[in-house]
This record gives sequence, structure tokens and C-alpha cells, in this order.
Amino acid sequence: MSVSSKVLPMRTEEDLMIVRQTVKAWMIEQEFSLLEQTKLVTAISEIGRNALVYGGGGSALLEQLLENCRVGIRVTIEDQGPGIADIEQALQDAYSTGNGLGFGLSGAKRLVMDFDICSKPGQGTRIKMTVWN
Amino acid sequence: MIIDNISRIADIITRHQESILNDWLHEQLVALSARQDLISESNLRLQSTELLSLFVPACNTGSLSDITQPEWAFVLDFLNKISSSRAILGFSPSETATFIFSLKQPLFDCLRQELNSDAEVLVDELWIATVLLDKLGLYTTEVFQKSREEIIRRQQRDMLELSTPVVKLWDGILAVPLIGTLDSIRTQVVMETLLQSIVDTGSHIAILDITGVPIVDTMIAQNLLKTVAAARLMGSECIICGIRPQIAQTMVHLGVAFGDVVTKATLSDALAYAFRRINRAVIQQVAHD
Repeated sequence: MSVSSKVLPMRTEEDLMIVRQTVKAWMIEQEFSLLEQTKLVTAISEIGRNALVYGGGGSALLEQLLENCRVGIRVTIEDQGPGIADIEQALQDAYSTGNGLGFGLSGAKRLVMDFDICSKPGQGTRIKMTVWN
Repeated sequence: MIIDNISRIADIITRHQESILNDWLHEQLVALSARQDLISESNLRLQSTELLSLFVPACNTGSLSDITQPEWAFVLDFLNKISSSRAILGFSPSETATFIFSLKQPLFDCLRQELNSDAEVLVDELWIATVLLDKLGLYTTEVFQKSREEIIRRQQRDMLELSTPVVKLWDGILAVPLIGTLDSIRTQVVMETLLQSIVDTGSHIAILDITGVPIVDTMIAQNLLKTVAAARLMGSECIICGIRPQIAQTMVHLGVAFGDVVTKATLSDALAYAFRRINRAVIQQVAHD
């Protein structure tokens, strides 16, 4: 159940920084450990930068969750870029179509508890990442 | 249509200058009641008087529907000055625009008094006045925005310079305390200052301290590695230090590593390692009583 939510733009590096800072502030409020904070914020950084560089920018939906007395945070990053043709391949370590290290997508998946990717060529990419405290 | 004739606004303002000024000032003080720490009443009076004294001649000679005409240059110049100074003082855009918009009420009151016998003329004059003041008000907001952006740009430049000092720790040992996100512009600045310092000081060891970098994602790791590679090409060895526990764990999950670069937890560990590399040792002196 989403307790509160916020939609932020993701068009520039500054937008990405604001998303990171907002999530970080929420996590401190909800008493997530420093490690969990760092992991989610790093994952947002990876996925957000993909949306900027490959997807041409998009938006981020931030949600505070509450389920069976457990608090959580879900971040959904969406872009209207070219999409990913082969998600399996994109999720492999050291695979990159650009000139990155190729650990962004697969690494981000390992950093969060729940990772959901939805993408089709020509229809953009939507990635949902959720963590629970 | 009255627009083709000469508007009576300038004439009416001239005759009621004193009362308009007082009412206008009152309106501004009410609107800014919470911000009296930022501007004094006497200052506000001075600014308001000056604007009216520029406004009347502009109305007399210039077109009331086009503030881009040269007759309005003095008014715009003055508004420019006020907006910029208020942006620096910390006013909000709407508080700045209130300076102009709060003139509406007093001016409309006077127009109504003077022209109440001819409803058609009154409506026409009110329309002219409201469009004119809207334009001037929007102009202040535009200038305000520009001044703010200028302040932000200057701060960004300042931060870029501030955040990339290269310090000499010892003969042959340099340290670069990195702070904030290491984007590509930042990396470029760090690389340039570091490489130049290596040449200037003839150092063989450079310590990159990332204690102040909040997160290390793949881009930041890649940028750090590029800096290390460039320093190596110039014959210097790099040590990356200041890797905090949560950063180390996150990097492991992420799957990025610094390869064969020497990494240390703290700056003092890195310095100790650097001393060994250049065959120096810190020894404790025995006290002689």
C-alpha cells in the first residue's frame, strides 16, 4: 500500500541528484541502515543515468509503502527511449551497448530487494525497485 | 477607441501623485509585512517615488501598450536594478512582482474617482493600465529569474573550483580530497589539476581521497579509474582511500572494483603506504631527560 508518493522529473543530472536526495531523506526518516540507504541510492544513480543517457530522460515516481507494519520505498524510473531489445542480455555483467562498464543494470538489480524491469523496443523502459525495512 | 487618443493615466497620476504614492506604499507594506527585515520602509518609499517619477514621463511620451519602446528604457532599467537587488536580498519572485502589482489598487481608485462620469472611458483606461502594469510586473519576474540563474551559475563555478584542491602532503606525495558527485565535468577538472600538480611538484604518488563522495556508482568508478590511468601514464602511482564500509559493500554488490589500484580505508593508511613506497619512515623519538 502506498502511503505517500511523489513524481519528479528526470531530465538532467541535477534532477537525478534531487531524486537521490529525496529518497535518502525518506530513508533516514524511516530509519533504514546506512548500508541500505547507500545501496538504493546507488541503484537509483545507475538506473537514473541509464534513463538519461540511453532513454533521453524521463520521470521518477517515488512511493513510501506500508505493508503489515513494514515500511518500504519503491522507486519507479521511466523513460520513453528506444527500449531494450534483449533484457536477458542487458542484465548480464559487463554487457554494455554504450561505453560504460556494463555493470549498471545487473548491479542495480543486486542492490535492491525487488527489481522489476519492463521494456520493449520503441516503447521505452520502466524499472521498479523496492526495498523494505 | 481611446487607445488612439492620448490616455489620461499620466495626467491623473501627476495630479494625485502624493495619495497614490501613500496608498501604494501602504499596499506594499501590507504585502511584505513578514519581510520587513529585508527592506526598510524609507528605502521602499525611495524606490516607489523614483519609479513614479520615471513612469509618468514614459506614459506621456511613449506608447502605453508597448514597453519595448525606447521611452520605457529608464523604467525598465530601474526595474532591472530593483529586481536584481531583491533577488540577492532573498525576496521571492512574487514578492518582487508585488512591487508593481500593488500599484494597481491605488491607481484604479484614482481612475475611478476621476472618470466615474464616463463608464466607457473608465473601462478603457482601466484595461490599458492593467495590461501595462501586468507587463511591467512580468518583466520584474523575468529579470528576477535571470539574476537568480546568474547567482546559481556563479555558485556552481565556485563549487567546481573549491571542490578540487590538490594538496602536497610530503615531498613527492600529493593528495586530492574529492567531495560530492564525480561527474564528467568534475573528473575533467580533477584530472587537469592533478596532472599539472604532478608536473609542478615532480610527485610520484597521488592519493585520491573519496571520503567526501557520497556514493560510488559505475560512472564514478569509471571516472576515478580514468584519473588513475592518466596519472600512471605520467609515471605517478595512485592510491584511492576513504572507502567507507557501506561504500565497499555496495561496490561489491554492484560488481565494480578498482582493479589493481591500491585502496586504503583511511587517508592515514594511504599516507603510511606512500611513505613506504618512497622509502620514508616515521619514527618515534626517544625522550632524553
